[in-house]
Amino acid sequence: MQIDTTAIVDMLRLAQSPREFLRFAKGNLELWANLLIIGWAVVFMVWQGTGFAISVGTVFAIWAILAVSLNLVVGFTGLLSVGHVGFFGLGAYTVAILTSDAAYEQLRTEAIPTFGLPFFAALPVAILFAGLVAVAVGIVFNRFRDDIFVLVSFGFAIIAFNVFLNLRSVTRGAFGIHEIARPEIGTWVFDGELEFLALVVAFLGLVVLISWFIVTSSFGRVLTAIREDEQATEVFGYQVTHFKLAIWVISAMMAGLAGGLFASWTTFIDPNSFILLESMLLVCIVILGGLATIWGSLLGAIVFVLLEEGMRFIPFLPAEYVGQARQVVLGILLVILMLFRPQGLVGRYKL
Amino acid sequence: MSTSRPDKIDLDEIFVLRTKEVSKRFGAVKAVDQLSISIFREWITCIVGPNGSGKSSLINLLSGILPLDEGVVVIDGVGLRVLKAHEAPGHGITRTFQEVRLFDQISVWDNIMVTLTERRFLPALFERTSPQHKEKTQSILQSVGMWEKKDAMAMDLSYGQRKLLEIGRAMAMDVSIYLFDEPFAGLFPQMLERVKSILKDMREQGNTIIFVSHNMDIVRELSDHLFVLDSGALLAVGEVDEVLSRPNVIDAYLGT
Repeated sequence: MQIDTTAIVDMLRLAQSPREFLRFAKGNLELWANLLIIGWAVVFMVWQGTGFAISVGTVFAIWAILAVSLNLVVGFTGLLSVGHVGFFGLGAYTVAILTSDAAYEQLRTEAIPTFGLPFFAALPVAILFAGLVAVAVGIVFNRFRDDIFVLVSFGFAIIAFNVFLNLRSVTRGAFGIHEIARPEIGTWVFDGELEFLALVVAFLGLVVLISWFIVTSSFGRVLTAIREDEQATEVFGYQVTHFKLAIWVISAMMAGLAGGLFASWTTFIDPNSFILLESMLLVCIVILGGLATIWGSLLGAIVFVLLEEGMRFIPFLPAEYVGQARQVVLGILLVILMLFRPQGLVGRYKL
Repeated sequence: MSTSRPDKIDLDEIFVLRTKEVSKRFGAVKAVDQLSISIFREWITCIVGPNGSGKSSLINLLSGILPLDEGVVVIDGVGLRVLKAHEAPGHGITRTFQEVRLFDQISVWDNIMVTLTERRFLPALFERTSPQHKEKTQSILQSVGMWEKKDAMAMDLSYGQRKLLEIGRAMAMDVSIYLFDEPFAGLFPQMLERVKSILKDMREQGNTIIFVSHNMDIVRELSDHLFVLDSGALLAVGEVDEVLSRPNVIDAYLGT
């Protein structure tokens, strides 16, 4: 994504003259996708009120962090990873365990180590831990490419889930960890939903900024070259394994950040939040929004979140089927998109 | 490398690139078999041979795409048993591919730009496009006549344009040894002339060029030196017209 001032000037000029706008907008699918999705989001927020907007906004921001980070790997570098949820889970569990307080231990059926760290001390550890695991995993994964890479990343997601489920002395297995601490600075606790939304959006902004910095640098250009032809990139003097490992680790650290935020927001996590399906949905979001575009990932996350929340209000659909129905709709959307617009809503690059 | 006796000929002064008994096997097939060749500095050297004679394998070995099974490659006096693809530019080698391999879904501009920027990943993160990079990219694109197409995606170019862009990308590397794998295949006469003049210009500027071709007219016109390969081994070597008139070359390659 390039921030281009001429585009903004163009937009302003278009906004002043409706006729010119219509000429510009005719057949411009990208623009309509943007307008439709953002309009949909705004209408929804206004209709449902502030409380709804805040909680949906938080869910959106967490998914958006994940989508943007995954797009660095899938869209820009061309490594189709379906194991991203593993790093998300690592971040979540690290924060949950490090912030766990001895005071809650009596309530728990199965004891885990208690550290009682504040959230803002645990979060960097979670990010670093996700990064460290990504280094180890990435060194192995660097040997694979294309469909084999998809398979091994699939394996990683399965392994991560099973570790969360079975390493009961640390994760409490299927019982999950509850009473996870909310972030606090001094005596001020982010216990309100609005404060938490502000925090998550701030982190999303940071992630978008870092990602933008990466993809507009020389490094980012090399990533796209690796996506197009890894061997040719090597011939031009790039040690592609370094580049692939670097972006893999950066992306995993962002996912770890999202996990930490998620754990603290829900205050309860169990292995079911980190199943392979979540990874698949994430890949769908990235492809839906468009590969190799940061803005596309944000749009994709909006669509995804609104699909779930939007369908809660369909009268004849029982509440317990909403989650599944969303997946069906998402699947249909993807098929339609792949048929008519393989580059995603706002992307240029085709899978 | 350097000799104590001043009267001894220093081979590395004359030959920029030498291979000593290099071999490459694919299963039972010997693609390159104990091949020893020497490439003259600042000459255009052509490699010809029937299909499957090991021309492309040799180019792949010299550019590090394939690992050597046996033998040594001596580049500018440095002997190498292992040559990795990403280290080849450091030894002054770059190449093009027989099947044009551009970075398809990025712009023509970025295709050149990517060969100019920082190679180490950490500094690359903090490097933005500099005016020098832009100037260089512009001059390369103009010299291969692709400046008007700079914003197009590489995949949208015609075949000839893709070939030219790939040659431009190799030129942008600014090395001293260029390996061109069939740079003339499938080109229009007009494009042919352009590529020929590009190669001649590169020689004028003191570069060594090795190319593979099946077009005998071009081989006769361009090459200063000719190697004929057959079944991975050297069949003939020498001055072009002389080699191409040898009976065994005619038998093996040109046919009757």
